[in-house]
Amino acid sequence: MAEILKRKKALAVNPLKASQPVGASLAFLGINKAIPMLHGSQGCTAFGKVYFVRHFREPIPLQTTAMDQVSTVMSADENVILGLAAICEKSKPALIGLPTTSLSETQGTDIKRLVKEFYAAHPEYAHIPVVPVNAPDFTGCLESGFALAVKAILETVLAFKSPHPNPLPEGEGTNVGSNVGRRKKQVNVLAGSFLTPGDIEHIKELIEAFGLRPLVLPDIGDSLDGHLTEMESTPLTVGGTPVGDIASMGESIATLVLGNSLFDAADYLKTQTGVPDYRFDSLMGIDAVDTFISALAEISGKPVPEKIERQRAQLQDAMVDAHFMLGFMRVAVAADPDLLYGLSRLVTEMGGEVVAAIAPARANILQHVFAAQVGIGDLEDLENAAKRNGAELVISNSHAVETARRLGVPLLRAGFPQYDFIGGYQRLWVGYRGTRQTLFDLANLMMAQHGQHEPEPFVSIYQRDSKNATPAPDQTH
Amino acid sequence: MQAKDIAELLNEPACAHNKKEKSGCARPKPGATAGGCSFDGAQIALLPIADVAHIVHGPIACAGSSWEGRGTRSSGPKLFRIGMTTDLTEQDIIMGRSEKRLFHAIKQAVDSYSPAAVFVYNTCVPAMIGDDIGAVCAAAAEKCGVPVVPVDCAGFYGTKNLGNRIAGEAMFKYVVGTAEPLPVPPEAQRPGITVHDVNLIGEYNIAGEFWNVAPLFDELGLRILCTLSGDGRFREVQTMHRAEANMVVCAKALLNVARKLQTDYKTPFFEGSFYGVTDTSMAFREFAKLLNDPSLTERTEALIAREEAKINAALDPWRERLRGKRVLLYTGGVKSWSIVSALQDLGMEVVATGTNKSTEEDKARIREIMGEKTRMITDGSPKALLGAVKEYQADILIAGGRNMYTAMKARIPFLDINQEREFGYEGYSGMLELARQLALTIQSPVWPAVRKSAPWAKAGVPGVELGA
Repeated sequence: MAEILKRKKALAVNPLKASQPVGASLAFLGINKAIPMLHGSQGCTAFGKVYFVRHFREPIPLQTTAMDQVSTVMSADENVILGLAAICEKSKPALIGLPTTSLSETQGTDIKRLVKEFYAAHPEYAHIPVVPVNAPDFTGCLESGFALAVKAILETVLAFKSPHPNPLPEGEGTNVGSNVGRRKKQVNVLAGSFLTPGDIEHIKELIEAFGLRPLVLPDIGDSLDGHLTEMESTPLTVGGTPVGDIASMGESIATLVLGNSLFDAADYLKTQTGVPDYRFDSLMGIDAVDTFISALAEISGKPVPEKIERQRAQLQDAMVDAHFMLGFMRVAVAADPDLLYGLSRLVTEMGGEVVAAIAPARANILQHVFAAQVGIGDLEDLENAAKRNGAELVISNSHAVETARRLGVPLLRAGFPQYDFIGGYQRLWVGYRGTRQTLFDLANLMMAQHGQHEPEPFVSIYQRDSKNATPAPDQTH
Repeated sequence: MQAKDIAELLNEPACAHNKKEKSGCARPKPGATAGGCSFDGAQIALLPIADVAHIVHGPIACAGSSWEGRGTRSSGPKLFRIGMTTDLTEQDIIMGRSEKRLFHAIKQAVDSYSPAAVFVYNTCVPAMIGDDIGAVCAAAAEKCGVPVVPVDCAGFYGTKNLGNRIAGEAMFKYVVGTAEPLPVPPEAQRPGITVHDVNLIGEYNIAGEFWNVAPLFDELGLRILCTLSGDGRFREVQTMHRAEANMVVCAKALLNVARKLQTDYKTPFFEGSFYGVTDTSMAFREFAKLLNDPSLTERTEALIAREEAKINAALDPWRERLRGKRVLLYTGGVKSWSIVSALQDLGMEVVATGTNKSTEEDKARIREIMGEKTRMITDGSPKALLGAVKEYQADILIAGGRNMYTAMKARIPFLDINQEREFGYEGYSGMLELARQLALTIQSPVWPAVRKSAPWAKAGVPGVELGA
């Protein structure tokens, strides 16, 4: 049990936290032909957009209700209706995400009522699901905003039947709750925000290796994996979970829940559909992956494919090779809760120690983090704890470059954002293969720091001259 | 901030936009708006002041996704790169504890980082619940013994451009005129050269690009009292009122500062740019003209002749590679013509330019430089831009960073010209970097490779067919 240290400072210095609206937007970016619209001032959206554009190096669809001074003081309800109508008319999306912000929440917006009013005013758009989600940035962090949006997507889309003029194709979402296992090979995957597009791609491959069909929600592995298409420009997401598929989640044989932050959303899905679920706090490290692969074998009733056995054996070999560098390694980690948990567990399983652990906001999983203490705080807190406890390596996002430089230790970039590292968005961390790569990267960073545990050079008082002497010019042999 | 104060800031008599009915900017449309808010603009304008603690007062969204977002460089202090925010919580907002948190946050910043001053940026939520940041700043300044400047720039006040003006206004109101310049060090004096003090307003030293130009100021005996705000220091801003001439660099946004310096301190100013050989030379000539020093004029002309000869020789091999290439330029305002002259210096043809944010004067200037036939583009949506690239057979799109991935997805060579870019193009030597970056993307072997279908595919070729 890690001790949780509360935030004590008035000022956050070098923030670790990204906001809930940003996290909620990310979840919507994993839905096909979707667009999130933040209910706030235009800056809320502009900053969120730049944040993701720089991380993913992709165009990011994100709109705003553009609250100005008048609507902030008087009422911004009209902005929501106008904004939704404008997007529906111009872009014909399959889904619109509607996260609130601190601004609209402080004003006291009733976002669910506004969606109803929108449908009443615009029955012609009744076929487009609008997903409202209360995601103010005065609480939580990216991970919790993402989780709230995933739950809101389930709530909205699973129940999205009436005002629907064109019902979904037969067998899709019409008999929610009574059709478990009707799609014998379909497995739901609720994918947490700690997973990169590369991770999701790999998870899908693992599931497919058991003859199962993964239905990933949200699937940023399909929308934000960075691929050129023939479509040159679109105001919506390209790829991601098809909205029609979400409605069929009740017909799957099982749900895999990846990340503790999504357990709340998973409760909702299970209650609504009755689909049994398998929950995982982490997919990093041999134990966590073993549990995951065992679950796939159980669900499919098939033996573990040889290819995966081989990957496991490769990981074991890498563990043996890397333990020399990673044993007793002292690591400082700052990340959103699920990622922090997974990384701390991996480091500990390799014989290393997490000597500084910082999360931007509270979460259930934090008490299980493999560290003596977990601070709720920022990168200044990480820096101080790392210095105090003699950390040899930092794992955090790109903002920690300066932190690591000041500490004089290497940085492994993980989480959001990764501005200065091309391909960070795509890196594979999970499964046997991802774990192996992470061990290699950690070991290489440790090896690159020469002389960490070597004695200081010593020159005897009798040898000072001889050690520094240049050969006398006249003495040749 | 009161509505009338905002209206007053939107009314900028020295701005050519002002003559048209849409003074300032139109109200943003929900669901169809791009661009930053006033807080964004104010932070962009002031963040480069390197020895100041910049505190964002609000919940995390404002600072959390924006800190370390600027490519501006400092030759000394790095304090501006430390992200600071009060990171307000729900309890702070409900219980009315945000003012108290701000006060302690200022004190914490001063205690931990000993800044030359503290700037406090107000954001939407505290503005809405009525935090009196002016009073908190005054109380904190008294307690800490360090200047604390309130910048009241809540996002909902308006656009980025308004935020720039709010920032300029805050500097003028609280900082400018509060200290005298240091004497010129004796070892910096040279016989026959009278040192003149000048300011550069709206120069941000992106990627260190101003350091291409700065040595030439030294050579001419022009002391830059303050760059607002690239590589700036708090103390330099305090002395801006003592300049003999001001240059507004490549942006209308901080025009209010130049105008007020003119009104209150009789300092003349001009608008110019350091992009391109022609414009860089013109900027030095304008300074010589305003300062009215015959010796300076003479030395300026000699410097221009020398630098132009040098850079023209260096650019010749690049001109060979770039001559006749067709450019579609989509940037705002002054840059719509100032970059044009830089591109023409390289022998490139600008086939169309964006004029969305340009004034009538800007447009007249474009016609003067590029001829009557030049197409002016007002629709900046990705679809419209890609359409224009095709229609005018452009070889490259030059625009702001947010259009970069629009171009990449359509397999079109691209050059980033805005604040976030990683390369400096200012001054004579900056032209070499510009030429290099242009050639790098236009002539890259990746374009034919990514436009090619797979050998086994029957479908047509994706992407845009480009000209010459």
